[in-house]
Amino acid sequence: MRVPPDTREILTALMAEYAMAIDDNRLEDWVELFDEACDYKVVTRENVEQNLPNVLMWCDNKNMLRDRVESYRHVNLYNLHHDRHVLGPLRFTANDGARWSFDISYSLFQTELEGASRLFSVGKYRVEALVEDGVGRLKSVTVVADTGLVPSLLATPI
Amino acid sequence: MTAEVRWPRNDYSRVPFQLHHDEELYALEMERIFRGPAWSYLCLEAEIPKPGDFRTTWVGDTPVVVSRDKDAAIHAFVNRCSHRGAMIVRELRGNTNRHVCLYHRWCYSTAGELTGLPFRKGLKGEGGMPEDFDMKSVSPKKMKVESYAGMLFGTFQPERAEPLDKYLGEFGTGIIRRFLNRPIRILGYSRQLIAGNWKLYAENLRDTYHASLLHEFFVTYGVDRATQKGGVKMDQRHRHNMNHAYAATDTQEDAKAAYADTAARLDRMQLRDQKLLSFVNEFPDGMNLAAPTFFPNALLIQINNSLATRQIRPKGVGAHEVFQTVFGYADDDDAMTRHRLMSTNLVGPAGFVSMEDGEAIEVVQKATRSAPDASAIVEMGGRGPLRDLAHRVTETPIRGFWSYWAELMGVEPQGAIR
Repeated sequence: MRVPPDTREILTALMAEYAMAIDDNRLEDWVELFDEACDYKVVTRENVEQNLPNVLMWCDNKNMLRDRVESYRHVNLYNLHHDRHVLGPLRFTANDGARWSFDISYSLFQTELEGASRLFSVGKYRVEALVEDGVGRLKSVTVVADTGLVPSLLATPI
Repeated sequence: MTAEVRWPRNDYSRVPFQLHHDEELYALEMERIFRGPAWSYLCLEAEIPKPGDFRTTWVGDTPVVVSRDKDAAIHAFVNRCSHRGAMIVRELRGNTNRHVCLYHRWCYSTAGELTGLPFRKGLKGEGGMPEDFDMKSVSPKKMKVESYAGMLFGTFQPERAEPLDKYLGEFGTGIIRRFLNRPIRILGYSRQLIAGNWKLYAENLRDTYHASLLHEFFVTYGVDRATQKGGVKMDQRHRHNMNHAYAATDTQEDAKAAYADTAARLDRMQLRDQKLLSFVNEFPDGMNLAAPTFFPNALLIQINNSLATRQIRPKGVGAHEVFQTVFGYADDDDAMTRHRLMSTNLVGPAGFVSMEDGEAIEVVQKATRSAPDASAIVEMGGRGPLRDLAHRVTETPIRGFWSYWAELMGVEPQGAIR
């Protein structure tokens, strides 16, 4: 698929900010990368390959993303850690006007407070994003985790 | 193997930390509980609906195949080739008319019987297995399997086991029929690997004291609070239990008085999108939270309209997998399925009201390793005899769990209560 270089650059930068916002613990900034009408889901490859709809996490609009983040900040207790995402290149799969679809691999490492790091999750994002007036916004992110066996627990977003 | 447990008290109100770290006890648990007379949860009948369907699972640390034969009868057998010990079935699931070990192609029926092996008669009259080699006598060990309302349980020692309905007891059979009251639809799976002994999870499920304290989401957003009507039920032997609560049976004022620390938050915090908390009252009993456990490895769980089974899979003395099977009903429409999946945000490895369990168990495992002779205190709800409670701040079912665990393990203290 032919993708204009500036579109590719805008969306690559969008995903770089996506990863770094989580890794810097700027979850509120991460939410702002999404459109108001959006969808964010974490599913596992095991379920996807069986056509089973189960979700680990599902927000079908931006308010639900805000609720998730607010709950992390004030309500939920979880393993104290730092996240580190490493992303692969974007592979575009579809385009309809301003709407672009692409897949992108991720590795997510977690580091606990005493400094030990581990591979937490590996998989891919299936993304739909809008590019308008030189700005990219996320419409839909489906995290398809190869790592179906969640180590410890899943709190901060992938 | 001999095991010794130094119980400080005969009512299990003190639980030595040794029990979560001792390798020998772990090996003995696999033998005396999981390969003993207990009924372990295997999977749901709905997961293997057709003749030839199979799934692989774990009973303790033993790999097991659950398989439906061509006549639709269900079998469970150890997933280990009789020949050299390879895992026979490597897929998670499938449909087949026989199982073939990859190593030397030994063949097994869907009932788990060894039915053939290559070059048994040798080649051109030379070699082969001895004439008197008896395939039947070396078939993999079988479990006795029984279904209760579609939930499959198996035991390795049927001659010592109670009949399944008696094992589950009146409350157990009743609550399974409640959850599996009509054909179900499997919505999918989740898995979580917790770095803690499997019994810490079993305790967690029997501890209603922690629910509204550790899981602040419950209280803050009013999903479940100890001020709601509810309680704890156990079977007669106190090995299974059920924490339950009735929807909308407390007031905001009750909750504020009880949870002084979080009271301020009760007014301030509100979900922008309330559908996460919406509850369709779909059971005649009106419960919005029901979590019956079945010794040793199973749980049915309803939180609002999210329904699931969970199976505890011990992975060595210091870890266990929680394998969750999420389901709805075959007659759910698309909107109801979507609602159930939305409710699933509350439970599972990323659940708003469950993620904390993984962390709580891991920090117990970490901190107790160095103190095998010290003990946990289990006195909330009282000491002494075990009994059902019509309130929700209790740890009594934890003592019930340990009493049956000690009985099966042959390590009861003098004058033990049961």
